[in-house]
Amino acid sequence: MGALGLIIRREYRARVSNRSFIIMTFLSPLIVVGMIMLITYLTQLNQAGKQTIVVVDESAMFYKEFENTESIDYLDLSPAGLEVAKTEVEKNNYFGLLYIPENVKKNTSGVIFFGNEAPGISTLESIEEQIQTKITNEKLLDRGVDLDLIDEAKTLVSINIEDFQGERTSKISSWIKAGFGGGAGYLLMMFIIIYSNMVMRSVIEEKTNRIIEVIISSVKPFKLMMGKIMGTTLAGITQFMIWLIIGGGLLTFLTLYLGLDATAPNTPVGNMATTDLDKIELIVLDILNLPLLKLAGFFLIYFIGGYFLYSSIYAAIGAAVDSETDTQQFMLPIIMPLMLAIYVGFFAVIENPDGSVATIFSMIPLTSPIVMLMRIPFGVPWWQLALSVSILVASFIFTVWFGSKIYRVGILMYGKKPTYKEILKWIKY
Amino acid sequence: MTDLLVADHIHKKYGNYTALNDLSITVPKGSIFGLLGPNGAGKTTLIRIINQITMPDTGTVFLDGEPLDQKHIINIGYMPEERGLYKSMKVGEQVIYLARLKGLTKAEAKERSTYWFERLGMMSWWNKKIQELSKGQAQKVQFIVTVLHRPKLLIFDEPFSGFDPINASLIKDEILKLREEGATILFSTHRMESVEQMCDHIALMHKSNKILDGRLVDIKRAYRTNTFEIGLETANDSLSGLQLLQTEVLNSIPSNWEMHEAHFKTINENDLKIQVKIPEDLKPNELLNFLAAKGTINHFVEVVPTVNDIFIQTINAN
Repeated sequence: MGALGLIIRREYRARVSNRSFIIMTFLSPLIVVGMIMLITYLTQLNQAGKQTIVVVDESAMFYKEFENTESIDYLDLSPAGLEVAKTEVEKNNYFGLLYIPENVKKNTSGVIFFGNEAPGISTLESIEEQIQTKITNEKLLDRGVDLDLIDEAKTLVSINIEDFQGERTSKISSWIKAGFGGGAGYLLMMFIIIYSNMVMRSVIEEKTNRIIEVIISSVKPFKLMMGKIMGTTLAGITQFMIWLIIGGGLLTFLTLYLGLDATAPNTPVGNMATTDLDKIELIVLDILNLPLLKLAGFFLIYFIGGYFLYSSIYAAIGAAVDSETDTQQFMLPIIMPLMLAIYVGFFAVIENPDGSVATIFSMIPLTSPIVMLMRIPFGVPWWQLALSVSILVASFIFTVWFGSKIYRVGILMYGKKPTYKEILKWIKY
Repeated sequence: MTDLLVADHIHKKYGNYTALNDLSITVPKGSIFGLLGPNGAGKTTLIRIINQITMPDTGTVFLDGEPLDQKHIINIGYMPEERGLYKSMKVGEQVIYLARLKGLTKAEAKERSTYWFERLGMMSWWNKKIQELSKGQAQKVQFIVTVLHRPKLLIFDEPFSGFDPINASLIKDEILKLREEGATILFSTHRMESVEQMCDHIALMHKSNKILDGRLVDIKRAYRTNTFEIGLETANDSLSGLQLLQTEVLNSIPSNWEMHEAHFKTINENDLKIQVKIPEDLKPNELLNFLAAKGTINHFVEVVPTVNDIFIQTINAN
């Protein structure tokens, strides 16, 4: 085995035998599942309390219009009058009181909601809609319009989206795509930061341990740096693969459990999902119809590319400083493009995956790994993928070269914290 | 005796700072060579160039007659001044890893490290992590790492710093043994007295320049001053006897001999302790004859200048 192979193996072992690596790998999927369950539970908890709204309807138009929902009970106290109803509300600690004046048909501004707390937006909207519909219908009737005719004429449209390869999608699946793309992009950013940081820490460790001089009397600094970067990449890939297996297992389990057939043509997706189980089925089907393998494959490609790009810069920073606390001033310019990529991804890509902003940022090497990954679920032309990957490869060759120049000098420099200017000077040494 | 290492007119600058200025040294095969000088003289830079960690701006280093090349890495063992090992890696694993980086096969590395660990009684450390060892223990591991691949040239930067006296002498013996087996040793230190007795050759460095080099005996001979340290016993080992003897010696000593008081320990309390510098053409026997007439001589040593003295003298002369 050559020196590079030895270094890669040592670095890989050092990473994966680290206790925090093992914990992270096996615990974080559990944490993610746990978080989802917790959030679901909390949301349900939030809705659990039923609210009672007292209605005082002087117009007598809405007497039976308000239907109780999952979260709201309507209590009609119109005969008692407003003042009595108010005291009732306070006495029974009801959520609020909806007052509808007699002349509401002419002037709707008299509708008032009394309550200690403002009702939620969805509650308000639902009340408003019910009053609006009723008054509109009344007015239409007054002018002699047959409501049945209007109902007959009403048409519901739910657009099915289909690309030229015949793949159908829908709104829900758009959200799922955005979710998966965004998730993958976010995960990639975390991977790049976490693993590049590992490289940097390991460089600093070798420098502060002073073992660096023993090692570079045996191998060239470039080999050491590359071995370190590659060994750490392998650790990252290992972690990703483990997650992929866990995730794949979970998906298979769900598929089998629900008895779904992933190869079946898309069932029309629309408002048909009535029960929760149906909804889950549809979502799982949508997930299965995503280019999951392609996404995973490109995740690896962009992880390796993006990670090489960033970690060589991180390695150079690690070499330039004496301790981790000195790295702060150099970190910001590196974190910035990653953050930018995430924001561009969440705003531009999800809004318009093929827009010019999304396309340009998926070509710029500092942001392309994240932005392109977010675009992939929506479908990206092959030439764009090829171009983006080529630019990324060319760039990381440059940063590795650049990083190794700084690394080579930096690892033997002790004492004072260097400035950017000094670091640039090292390249010429 | 041929030369193992030749550094030929080495120049090295860092920015505007000259680290090495036209430096040449020659290390004969099988010798123990001392590269001596204060901190900042350029010793570490030179060693890094020999280890191919940095490249000289101009000049060439030859090992065994060939210009230094990547393949010579296995021929050099280097123990840096700042000792360092991976703290959280197991001792045995680490020694094998570092030996394999030098080019040994796994089996060779395993066999030789077992040999060394047994020899120095360190077998129980094999599965410990470096961070569990004491500093001195880690130094012994570092020593093994340096010598394991049986290099022709062994470089020790500040070789005995950090070792307790017992381990220092143990390591000293091991180094001498390695020399007997054919290795050439290069010491680099600013604590000149620590290696003086071991070195055959030295080079003195000061502010990026070599100011003196050669065989230690030749240098010492060149710097000898014909000065001797003498102890004379007094009558009854008494204070009055001492004063009597002192006056007598003072009165009878030839005028071109320089006499000073000296400080050293003898087993008597009131010996006359002096240092006498005699003219260069005189033999020590004449001094002995003169002294023998005065009393019993219990101490007679030539004052040979230490490397430290020589260094200071040379700096002042320049």
